[in-house]
Amino acid sequence: MKYTFKGGYHPPDGKNFSEKMPIEKMPAPKIAAIHLHQHIGAPSKAIVAVGDEVKVGQPVSEAGGFVSAPVHASISGKVKAIAKIADAAGNKTDAIIIENDGKDELFPGVGVKNDYSQLTADEIKKKIAAAGITGMGGARFPTHVKLSPPADKKINYIILNGVECEPYLTADDRLMQESPDTIIEGLKLMMKVVNAPNGIIGIEKNKPDSIRIMKEKTANEQNIKVVDLEVKYPQGGEKQLIFASIGKEVPSGGLPMDVGVVVSNVGTANAVYEAVAMNKPYYERVVSVTGESISNPRNLLVRIGTPTTELIQYCGGVKEDVFKVVNGGPMMGAAMYSREAPVHKGTSGILCLSRENAAVYEEQPCISCGKCISVCPMKLIPTEIQINVQHKKYEQAEKLGILDCMLCGTCAYVCPAKRNLVHYFNIGKAKIAEMKRKK
Amino acid sequence: MDKMLIVSANPHIRDKSSISKIMYTVIISLIPAVFASYWFFGFKAIMLELVAVVSCVITEAAIQKFRKKPVTISDGSAMLTGLLLAFNVPADIPWWIVMLGSVFAIAIAKQAFGGLGFNIFNPALIGRAFMLASWPVQMTSNKFWTQPYTHETMDAISSATPLNLVKTAIKANPEMKTVEILADKGIGYWELFVGSVSGCIGETSFMALFAGVIALIILGLVNWRVPFFYIATVFVMTWLMGYDPVFHILAGGLALGAFYMATDMVTSPLTDKGNIIFALGLGFLTVSIRIWGGYPEGVSYSILIMNCFVPLINKYTVPKKFGYVQPKKA
Repeated sequence: MKYTFKGGYHPPDGKNFSEKMPIEKMPAPKIAAIHLHQHIGAPSKAIVAVGDEVKVGQPVSEAGGFVSAPVHASISGKVKAIAKIADAAGNKTDAIIIENDGKDELFPGVGVKNDYSQLTADEIKKKIAAAGITGMGGARFPTHVKLSPPADKKINYIILNGVECEPYLTADDRLMQESPDTIIEGLKLMMKVVNAPNGIIGIEKNKPDSIRIMKEKTANEQNIKVVDLEVKYPQGGEKQLIFASIGKEVPSGGLPMDVGVVVSNVGTANAVYEAVAMNKPYYERVVSVTGESISNPRNLLVRIGTPTTELIQYCGGVKEDVFKVVNGGPMMGAAMYSREAPVHKGTSGILCLSRENAAVYEEQPCISCGKCISVCPMKLIPTEIQINVQHKKYEQAEKLGILDCMLCGTCAYVCPAKRNLVHYFNIGKAKIAEMKRKK
Repeated sequence: MDKMLIVSANPHIRDKSSISKIMYTVIISLIPAVFASYWFFGFKAIMLELVAVVSCVITEAAIQKFRKKPVTISDGSAMLTGLLLAFNVPADIPWWIVMLGSVFAIAIAKQAFGGLGFNIFNPALIGRAFMLASWPVQMTSNKFWTQPYTHETMDAISSATPLNLVKTAIKANPEMKTVEILADKGIGYWELFVGSVSGCIGETSFMALFAGVIALIILGLVNWRVPFFYIATVFVMTWLMGYDPVFHILAGGLALGAFYMATDMVTSPLTDKGNIIFALGLGFLTVSIRIWGGYPEGVSYSILIMNCFVPLINKYTVPKKFGYVQPKKA
């Protein structure tokens, strides 16, 4: 049986740059800038003041609501400032800036193994919330919220997303090969929280080592299945992954829990394990620093808040032909305004793309070739939506399903006229949201 | 401060396709047909093709210059229109008719609608329709249908097209068999397939056009559903009506129309389903015109008529969006 979805496209995956590089612990930065708002939901509130001494893993903010997550100090040292600085997407928001004292001292209790077998579902969930864990795949939705479905929604499956369908990125692939046990433990913990009988780990077929290791490690687990998925972008899209693994369509505007599923990244499962079993909050993550324009591509374990430029320097700097630096993957990541922006909880990669590969093209008229329609994983008509947005017909764009679009960029990737479809979808979505607020 | 970086919306990588690559690939796929036109109709066929291509390109450039728009002749679309337009004329037509047809095709059918991507009708076919309406004698009279070179005797003689022959003969005597009518003139399926019959310079060789379209289907530039369902409809309809289906597929402009005109991306529907409906309509209209209509040939008018329906077809073949399922009651 082939596990996949309809539509999609497989761009050259560029995984060769970093797929063989073991995860390497990068030294702590001299200064870390930790944004208070690193997730979907309300920003967190700072609980430290300028001049305070903080240690690694110490919470420096508290959740600003239910859909929110605290952030933690990723280095030990003194809080130098709480100021607005630019994040990866270029928005200036509040960040706690910590100056490293070089001691790398842990906050009491952090990293201490404990017996977690007796914890109740609620206790596990509280630990996850306190550790500030958010989805690590990119959207950064607070994990404890995902694990709190309303009482009438029975969760049958936890699906771990090890698809990593974004070209270039190899962070999840490496993590699955190097820490399979903690990922599987994390999965079991999440299954326990929502009382889900089944676990699935979805991995794209172009990661045979990860599939092999995960299959070996779960051989004796009756209720955990490893699904090897067809290699096609965006196979890792939440709705596509669910459809491919269990054949159910998440209804438009709905959530995975509407079909009894919670999807979580493999990195998130690892973080859940660390939070529950080792009291380790989410203050560091694996980042692929890769692309054709970085001297030495690597997979690094990086403290959150490390400026991007330090990662680049650690990997030997950029090459002459660097044109774009992207936070995330090449299909959905954010092009960075400044290389100073810090690594955040969803930074799966720092991508240095060359002029040749990331060229910006002039838009040509649509020739109705229909390619965008055949690749759209949501079965929309991208070209028509784009033209409607361009002509400010937002209501028509909404009728055509612009809100179902997840901005995966497959349509723009294949477009021979090089139309900037996603750019217009961003505008359209924002305008429609604005219109709805006004009503 | 370090070098400035580029910021734009995702995706940050694009595939290598482009409009000009598509256009030039289609032009290259027509090389066998160009060669066939030279082989059967001689150097004058090449001259007509050149006249059409040059006229189309100059017209496009002149209009864009005049309207102070960027000149886009390098994208190859005007060249392609010119070549396809030339394929639609008899070998002995005066060159200035082809030139005027080309100007009309680009100026009226393409640029007046807004240029590439905005035209409703296939420009080459509008050019043909324009020439047919303005110079019907030169476009259809037997005098201008040159018998192709046999490469045994070098004398070119005029003769009617196979479709015309058969239509006239059957009209006179409905009992006559297509194969017999043709055999009388020394034409069999093989001649029709290879293209050594009288007709427009680029349409006679099914073989050459087929070779080109197969390459385009493999490269993903032609949706196979259009030629397949178009030709299948013609086959089934003519067969059911008691005519010779193989003859109707091989004769006339069906190959050129089904392979290169109906598959024009701009003027065909967006979805696979839409393209199938489009092709069924084409087949029905083509057979209707050939059998009941006044013309022996119906391909170009069927395509122009179906072009009108493309927006309607698009409207009614919107794919079912992902996630719009009836929730199942557990």
